[in-house]
Amino acid sequence: MLPVAPAPAQDKTATFALVGNPNCGKSTLFNALTGMRQKVGNYPGVTVEKKVGELFSLHGRPMQIIDLPGAYSLSPRSPDEAITRDVLLGRISDTSRPDKIICVVDASNLERNLFLVTQVLDLGVPTVLALNMMDLAHDKGISLNPEELSRELGIPVVACQAHKKIGITELRQAMSRTDLPVPVRRWRIPELLEDAVEELCQALAGENRSEPKQEFARALILLAGENASSHSAFGSESQKLAQRFRLQLEAQGIDWHEAVVAARYQYAQGVCEQAVRSGGNAGEDHSDRLDAVLTHPIWGWAVFLGLMAFMFFSIFTLATYPMDWVEGGFTRLANAVKQAMPPGDLRDLMTDGVVAGVGGVLVFLPQILILFFFIGLLEDTGYMARAAFIMDRVMSRVGLHGKSFIPLLSSYACAIPGIMAARTIENPKDRLVTILVAPLMSCSARLPVYTLMIATLLPAKTVPALQKAGIMMALYVVGTATAFFFAWLFKRTIMHGETPVLIMELPPYRLPSMASVVMQMINRSKLFVKRAGTVILGLSIILWFLAAYPKAEGGQASSQLAHSFAGKLGHAIEPIIKPLGFDWKIGIGLIGSFAAREVFVSTMSVVYNVEEASDVTLPLRDAMLREKWADGTPVFTPLACVTLMVFYVLALQCISTVAVVKRETNSWHWPLFQLAYMTGTAYVACLIVYQTGKVMGFQ
Amino acid sequence: MSSVQLLSELSAGTEAEIRGFHPGCKEVQRLREMGLLPGTKIKLIRWAPLGDPLEIKVRGYNLSLRRHEAEHVEVMVSGR
Repeated sequence: MLPVAPAPAQDKTATFALVGNPNCGKSTLFNALTGMRQKVGNYPGVTVEKKVGELFSLHGRPMQIIDLPGAYSLSPRSPDEAITRDVLLGRISDTSRPDKIICVVDASNLERNLFLVTQVLDLGVPTVLALNMMDLAHDKGISLNPEELSRELGIPVVACQAHKKIGITELRQAMSRTDLPVPVRRWRIPELLEDAVEELCQALAGENRSEPKQEFARALILLAGENASSHSAFGSESQKLAQRFRLQLEAQGIDWHEAVVAARYQYAQGVCEQAVRSGGNAGEDHSDRLDAVLTHPIWGWAVFLGLMAFMFFSIFTLATYPMDWVEGGFTRLANAVKQAMPPGDLRDLMTDGVVAGVGGVLVFLPQILILFFFIGLLEDTGYMARAAFIMDRVMSRVGLHGKSFIPLLSSYACAIPGIMAARTIENPKDRLVTILVAPLMSCSARLPVYTLMIATLLPAKTVPALQKAGIMMALYVVGTATAFFFAWLFKRTIMHGETPVLIMELPPYRLPSMASVVMQMINRSKLFVKRAGTVILGLSIILWFLAAYPKAEGGQASSQLAHSFAGKLGHAIEPIIKPLGFDWKIGIGLIGSFAAREVFVSTMSVVYNVEEASDVTLPLRDAMLREKWADGTPVFTPLACVTLMVFYVLALQCISTVAVVKRETNSWHWPLFQLAYMTGTAYVACLIVYQTGKVMGFQ
Repeated sequence: MSSVQLLSELSAGTEAEIRGFHPGCKEVQRLREMGLLPGTKIKLIRWAPLGDPLEIKVRGYNLSLRRHEAEHVEVMVSGR
């Protein structure tokens, strides 16, 4: 009755699946095996990263590895885990069922890791066990015997330390073997369940589907899979049968789930007794001692806040240099294009549309690289889980999860990586709420606007820096508070569900692998450039078109803008934004900002500077301060400045965010909802601020 | 002398043995798969700085869960 693996065709490239618990060093091992020969994409219909790498066997044959998402069990609790199960069972349309499996386990945490191993071996696919983190086990005083482990499990076992690239050749050697044994199930199913499982196996075998003979594994998944999303993978007969068995067993008072899990753990315990020579000191290890400080009620916060402050300091200071280079480079490129091409619309399209658009995206790349580098570092060292541990209480107050903290924090730099970082949140509702509120955290693109508006609000030369910083701080606080408010509101209304559950492993601390961190940084940044880049480019071209057509008489840039579609749109929305204290020129700025917020500054300089018709180009601020309504009152009163700032804090004016949310949620529904609720809130808030301010006599 | 308590009632440093889960526990499957089974020995390492979640050592690794879940886990604390 044991499943037999299909003999892999010799002329086909062998495909390995890399499976393991989270935190077992799986990705580091993947990088060590494949180096730069890897591709990152998505599985169809979901936003789980699909990482495929290539390497060669010792005989020079090409091999393929799929790095599956980390999973604790093949009964999934998150979309990531569901993908792992589905790939292993060959249910994903564009991914053929792997021929062989590399199962990675953390040697310092063998017993728990063996739980998944028993499930993987049930699949009856030739498997190699990579016994990773041998150094960590050694530090913990655990001494393992790989040969004994291999004998117990009946599969080849390779000891390795992926961080130091130790054992990689041996692993490749094992992968190159053509005679990998098909594993035989050695754990004993509880007697009480034997009949039920046997009958389910027969029912599944009789279904005669294209799925290979993995009845045993599938029978257990079916039996346990009350809330499995992919019931369609089973025939209705076997589903009914499984339901009947569940009810029967429950009626007999048998907790079938506990019985199966206990049987697996009992087997795992037995294996450990044989293969582990010394069980490690029960006392404190390095991680425990570090945690005593890093999760300490006082020192824990100090370190945490210090780390976060350092991260942001780096993002905002270190990144300025490369950002200047990028900006300078694109300005030079635009000039070069100007020199090379004859004047005309095509040239303007190239310089103002294409070059400016691409530059507008790439200018944020340094910040994003630094942010992803830090996130990778925090993940690789194991600190990320501690950050979630410390922050969980705060986040749970608004119905979120400790894991939502990093995506929200990242959004201070840029909402796009923040939204992408939300992938680590298992619960789809929590993930969606995090995505929906992330753009309310003031991102770095708002900074140029804030700076300009603060300068306009406080035009005196002698404004204390503290006062400016105070306003800046207030803007960040308003954004953050609003984000928390909406998270709370969404969790109580549209995303209503049970309190999110936190069951989180706190992995041992370890020194990070720089290669792994850098690789992850590059892969994630590539996704950002690809996703945001294409949309921004397209939109920049559209905006260029709106500002350039129809042509006005005469060459003045500002009169051209006033005459263009953009100018007409500005006029068209003036009745709507006038109650907020904005005129049609600000309207043009707002429309331009939907490409990217910082465009406001450049649009405003086109709108105002040249129109003054003076010989001297005045600083934008002074020009804005001189701007008057038709009745002679100034446009940029302090109240109008504050209102405009509030608008920029709250409104979703970032087409790249819309594009990324569309990608991440796989629908237009959520990005449009987000656009509506954020911009709607911004409008209402501005209306209240401006009108109340006016009534109270502020200017 | 040993006493039955809830995991959420333990203080830092207490060692105990899992007895079972209350029927209302939604995440019972995952907790079992993470190795929390009747008879499993655990140690409560600490409560988070803000009082929630908690951290336990189980089967040689560290796991954190919230008070809300811990309220559904019955443990046996052996007397000193």
